[in-house]
Amino acid sequence: MTVGLNAFILVAGLLFAVGLLGVLLRQNTLVIYMSLELMLNAVNLALVAFSRYNGTMDGNLFVFFIITVAAAEVAVGLAIIVALFRRRQSVMVDHLNALSR
Amino acid sequence: MLDILFYVFSAITLVAAVLMVLSPSAVNGAMCMIVAFLGTAALFVLLEAYFLAVLQVVVYAGAVMVLFLFIIMLLDVEKGEGGNEYKDKLTLAASAAGFLLVAVLVCSAFSGAHLPEPALTAVSDNPTVFDGGIPFTTSAKSFGYSLFTKYMLPFQVTGFLLLAAMIGVIVVSKKHEVIEESDNS
Repeated sequence: MTVGLNAFILVAGLLFAVGLLGVLLRQNTLVIYMSLELMLNAVNLALVAFSRYNGTMDGNLFVFFIITVAAAEVAVGLAIIVALFRRRQSVMVDHLNALSR
Repeated sequence: MLDILFYVFSAITLVAAVLMVLSPSAVNGAMCMIVAFLGTAALFVLLEAYFLAVLQVVVYAGAVMVLFLFIIMLLDVEKGEGGNEYKDKLTLAASAAGFLLVAVLVCSAFSGAHLPEPALTAVSDNPTVFDGGIPFTTSAKSFGYSLFTKYMLPFQVTGFLLLAAMIGVIVVSKKHEVIEESDNS
């Protein structure tokens, strides 16, 4: 494969930028959360690319741990969103402004 | 051949990510997110990280997205919401400007020929040699070997983290009936 490391890092950076756009743009808390997952995924891609071109296994192990932590984080975050919806009947961030009033 | 596959899969991943961010329906967004995760798994395969590609499909595109879809359909957030999905014009302009800034920065930093391009090293055959670092292999055996030698402490901490997350989810999603009644009265 003649595609270099920088091409993979470019794709990972663009993926991260798209995830950032989603976090800033959307109102639905669930979609914001999915965009956060996309940003984590972009970092995973960069770590695997660095690991492959460096010839060591450490980046792959980091991605292994990141996947575990992300799965735990999704479970906790979705439980918080469900508890929030039960209390406020909405998951739109514009309706969740109790601290700014 | 592999170069064409790299361009195809990165295009699929980026287009699916953009569609996820821009689609007004959360369910359609979750479907596009699955496609983005599968495209990332394909890029992992191109990088010869086969075990992580399988893990990406099983954990992210499987478990995590099923959980997301379950919560989206359980809460039914699209009921009664009109076209008021995006924020106001100022936020729209600011986030578009921020996205363009990051995208232009990334493109200008990583697309030129001024950066060193490391050559692709050969994949090692033996996952259990340990000379300064664990060599890159394609076998799942090197994961087990690394987890039980160099990364023993993070491995144990991750186990405790999973336990803490499980207990936290149970505590958060339990109904506190006493507090609810005192709120209503």
